[in-house]
Amino acid sequence: MAVREAEPVGSLQEVKEAGLDREDLLGIYRSMLITRGIEERGHILYKQGKIPGSFYTGRGNEAAAVGVGTAMGPNDVGTPLHRDMGVHVTRGVEPWRVFAQYMGREGGPTRGRDGNVHMAVAELGLHTMVSHLPAMLPVASGMALAFKIRGDRRVAVGWFGEGAAARGDAHEAMNFAGVRQLPMVFVCDNNQWAYSTPTYLSYPVEHIADRAAAYGFEGVVVDGTDVLAVYREAKRAIEKAREGGGPTLVECLTLRMEGHAVHDDAFYVPKEMFEQWAAYDPIERYRTWLQNHAELSDDEENEITATVKRLLNDALDRADASPLPDPATLEGGVFASQEDLDTPHHK
Amino acid sequence: MAEMTYIQAISDALRLEMRRDQRVFILGEDVGVYGGAFKVSLGFQEEFGPWRVIDTPLSETAIVGGATGAALMGLRPVAEMQFADFISCAWDHLVTVAAKQFFRTRTPIPIVVRLPSGGGFSGGPFHSQNPESSFAHIPGLKVVCPATPQDAKGLLASAIEDPNPVLYFEHKHLYRRIKGEVPEERYTVPFGSANVHREGDDATVVTWGAMVHTATEAAEELAKEGVEVEVLDMRTLVPWDKARVLEGVRRCSKVLVLHEDTRTGGFGAEIAATIAEEAFEDLDAPVMRLAAPDTPVPFSPPLEKAYIPQVEDVVTALRELAAY
Repeated sequence: MAVREAEPVGSLQEVKEAGLDREDLLGIYRSMLITRGIEERGHILYKQGKIPGSFYTGRGNEAAAVGVGTAMGPNDVGTPLHRDMGVHVTRGVEPWRVFAQYMGREGGPTRGRDGNVHMAVAELGLHTMVSHLPAMLPVASGMALAFKIRGDRRVAVGWFGEGAAARGDAHEAMNFAGVRQLPMVFVCDNNQWAYSTPTYLSYPVEHIADRAAAYGFEGVVVDGTDVLAVYREAKRAIEKAREGGGPTLVECLTLRMEGHAVHDDAFYVPKEMFEQWAAYDPIERYRTWLQNHAELSDDEENEITATVKRLLNDALDRADASPLPDPATLEGGVFASQEDLDTPHHK
Repeated sequence: MAEMTYIQAISDALRLEMRRDQRVFILGEDVGVYGGAFKVSLGFQEEFGPWRVIDTPLSETAIVGGATGAALMGLRPVAEMQFADFISCAWDHLVTVAAKQFFRTRTPIPIVVRLPSGGGFSGGPFHSQNPESSFAHIPGLKVVCPATPQDAKGLLASAIEDPNPVLYFEHKHLYRRIKGEVPEERYTVPFGSANVHREGDDATVVTWGAMVHTATEAAEELAKEGVEVEVLDMRTLVPWDKARVLEGVRRCSKVLVLHEDTRTGGFGAEIAATIAEEAFEDLDAPVMRLAAPDTPVPFSPPLEKAYIPQVEDVVTALRELAAY
């Protein structure tokens, strides 16, 4: 079972066959702009000293994240990571809550208990990552196990990077999912750099997706800067899992366009590599596609850009108005009570 | 009431929980067809089917991480570690994910991890440990250490009902050695409530797990010498019944803290420090600790006997305490 290298997406007709109408296509564009906008503004806030701790961005990964997020069904779940802001945005996180999270405010999804991209809104089917990558993969396989036990037509999506692929968690989760044919999709954000470690020091095969064969399921490599190709492959994998076809490993190939975190200037990445991949900026690329295939007009584009700008301005104001957590509340909430169980997201 | 061994009480609790709550399921290595290394789930797969009694690959991370994911989706997983020692392979998933998820995101993780623990039969360094204090140190995890069949049953029901990750340390040396009268119906034993296993006023032994029985045998020896020793079975370490321990200190004024885990940083140190902080003036003698030495659990019988506190060690300690 050799790994399949996915074709790029061509015509509007092809996209329509994949289940997207024009409104959806513009929605994807909007989500990508919001994703980048959140991170660009977050970076400015960080430089202004308004964000404590460290700051991570997913520049270059917007298409991979939004593409998979769009392919998920309303009752599907997932465990996105620190390059996957686009998944949160696509699933409907309110941007002000992301800014509040960055700033350690009560209004953030973790209410200041955790920071940066360690957040998710469970009501949107997303569950919060930990720093230890890819520790959320076995958790996602457990979610898929729950669906299999109950016979739910739902799918769990677990994300990991090519760096995290070196850890044992990835193996255990994939092996278990393969053995039990769980309704699950493994998404590898392969951005080619694990902090400063290049791919050839992380894994010895051509593709991470090559490994899928060892676990008895399909692997596919897709251009992670092509949002519609990512969508198509993720959709296929998710629907296959939903129909009982077992897991798929979808590897989205991108380049991390900034450092590991904003303190890192990525001096170790060859300049030519950045230049080469800058020509495949996911947002520029998609805008051109929309202009060529979906008649995106300048007026339409300007309106979308202006709406996103307003949304983010309002979000910043609202986040800034959110209070810092009260230190007197620190020791509460270590343990759950019965009332915390079986809330709508807990099912 | 029915007479049951400690291990029968564990099986009984698990079976009753699975019958009353469809969300409860078991996963672990060899738990299905084989019934678990110690046969706790023998016959369960016939009754509940292969998707509620799940044989997993040899993958502790997938077991505990998987339990966490299933719990997030509303199920009530009971994961079995074949031996408590192997929990080290799943440390990350308990400590990094399960323990901290509710604090960070308000999503509870109602999982139980069953941990066959303890020595006494030449299991060696990797099949004999009592790692409860390592986990008691992690905020967000509950730690349960039953000593009797009645508590084994009631505490397991409470653990499954609890909305948090619970580590259930079942002592292997009690499995078939300890019997007792156990109610046949379902019941729960609350966490954080110590039990007076033996009454006495001259000294109190604060202990849990298999050491409850060692302490009781020692107390019977002391009784022959006219010294009446209370044996306080903690039953759970997180939460622990501080009020009852301090009451014992006030009444007896002499305390021995006893455990099978190693001495340095053992949970007994926390208890001893709390007594020093909060009941110093009630003491007539320094708080005494008796625990395993700071070594791996040895294999050879004389070494293991020297490692695990024996009845005669407790007798010696109690005599010294009584004479102080």
